[in-house]
Amino acid sequence: MSANTDVKTYTGFRFMTILCLVILYAPLAVVTVYSFNASSSITVWEGMSLRWYIDVFVGPESAKFKQAAFNSFSIAIIAASLATAIATAAATAIVRGGRYKLRAPSLGLITLPIMVPEIVLAVSTLIFFNSIGFTRGYLTILVAHTAFCIPFAYLPIQARMQGIEDTYEHAAMDLYATKAKAFRRILLPLMMPGIISGFLLAFIVSLDDFIITNFVKGAGIETLPTAIFGSVKQGLKPNIMAISTMLLGLSVVMVTISHFVSKWDNTK
Amino acid sequence: MAGGAASGGSVAADTYAKARHWLLAPSWLVLGFFVFAPVCVMLIYSFLTKEFRGGVIWEFSLAAYDQFFFDRGLFGDAEPTLQWTYISVFWRSIWQAGLATILSLLIGFPTAYYIATRPEGSRAFWVFLVTIPYWVNLLIRTVSMKFLLRDEGPLNELLINIGLIGDPLHIINTNLAVQLGLFYSYLPFMVLPIYASIERYNFTMSEAAADLYATKWTTLRRIILPAVKPGVIAGCILVFVPSLGAFLAPDLLGGAKNFMIGSLIEEQFKGNAGNWPFGAAASMVLLTMVMIILLIFARQQRRAEAQS
Repeated sequence: MSANTDVKTYTGFRFMTILCLVILYAPLAVVTVYSFNASSSITVWEGMSLRWYIDVFVGPESAKFKQAAFNSFSIAIIAASLATAIATAAATAIVRGGRYKLRAPSLGLITLPIMVPEIVLAVSTLIFFNSIGFTRGYLTILVAHTAFCIPFAYLPIQARMQGIEDTYEHAAMDLYATKAKAFRRILLPLMMPGIISGFLLAFIVSLDDFIITNFVKGAGIETLPTAIFGSVKQGLKPNIMAISTMLLGLSVVMVTISHFVSKWDNTK
Repeated sequence: MAGGAASGGSVAADTYAKARHWLLAPSWLVLGFFVFAPVCVMLIYSFLTKEFRGGVIWEFSLAAYDQFFFDRGLFGDAEPTLQWTYISVFWRSIWQAGLATILSLLIGFPTAYYIATRPEGSRAFWVFLVTIPYWVNLLIRTVSMKFLLRDEGPLNELLINIGLIGDPLHIINTNLAVQLGLFYSYLPFMVLPIYASIERYNFTMSEAAADLYATKWTTLRRIILPAVKPGVIAGCILVFVPSLGAFLAPDLLGGAKNFMIGSLIEEQFKGNAGNWPFGAAASMVLLTMVMIILLIFARQQRRAEAQS
């Protein structure tokens, strides 16, 4: 045992791992701590306070933030739902559709949004909407988000479906269930952890997106990231740190849920 | 990002074979119409003539690419010479993304190795710890970095308080800040594929090497690294590719002097001053570079799979 671990262990690797985690978490921790600062300067610490959280909700900029939050969340919910439905159908065709010619190109198309650099996706979507004469606004953001969320919803759903043997739905069909019924009553419930996890990831990706939204949003409409970016361009302010901390907390909670849901084994 | 999905699994279950085209139709429609078609339209736009208030005139022109690569003097009638302005922006982006990749590798490899040698039950937890920050809004992470690194920021304060430096370090608005920002943005991408390779590595090979009196570092260099090379390459690509086209890190941390491709492209579409065909052409150059990297990578992975 000790000889075995000795061969495996490299001095300093443990230190590097701790360093890696410190680097990953330190900036987030620092912003979180300073978001509770009572001071209106971002540099001087004047004790704990919820002042800037209250400011976000009732302060002079609160109307702007509320509108931006409404846009962000409604777009994220609709786009993630559409993307998840589309991805579930696609995964069924890819994993349960046998072998066929269109399979590989379909998979390529589905993963295309994560292959193409985001800025290129943003430019091409802007140009496309412009060339077909679509006015930029809420709808263009929604459509663009639905499209680029599909691969993020798809990957956990596909992974889950591959883990489910087709004996379950065959057993149901042996008992005279139709294919549609076998899908609805057997396959879909079994896939649910993958579907929930895919939905949550798509939701976060949509909620977080800045670059594509910035290109296709048009004037006069903001989402939380574009509002934050606009504000940061004027200088770092404590209320932005409070909003950032709330969004950060939300992401952490959702990823944690997604993580545990995807490990939940309901095939037994 | 590409690896696992590319095969779609080897399961040839065909319960829903009859409905497969209907099931695929929505994704084809949405992605074909809003991702694939736009990239094609962008390609067309890069060959059109610029309209002075943003947008294009539908007339074929090579002007965008010409402006990108050649300098024809102030009046456009001089002998064309290579135009370095934009090529150097691309070169700087490659350089910045490359340094960020090396930095990620230096931290990411030991981390991945350490996680892979933990007891089996706790590995998932470590991996989870590394992935959480990736899912936090990239904008917020970049802003946090800006907050941490600025001249009066907590990092400088800490370094001054422990007496390591007398005057604050000017990190913000330098190339270093951009590299740190990119490194910070994509570090989890480096750890995960390397971890996956090391987890599959057979540690009896290390024992065999030790029995033959190889030092640990020799074992690492000659045995482990070659065995986990596919994971290392995958990690490097997953960091390099998004860094290359990054917009937020250079824009928020780099300031005006540390322009990268992303900012160059973004500028062409802002307000009325932009040049849409030129922005489309620059995007095409970036897309081509990324696709070439991904194709070489996919080919190597296939070769490595065939070997094993």
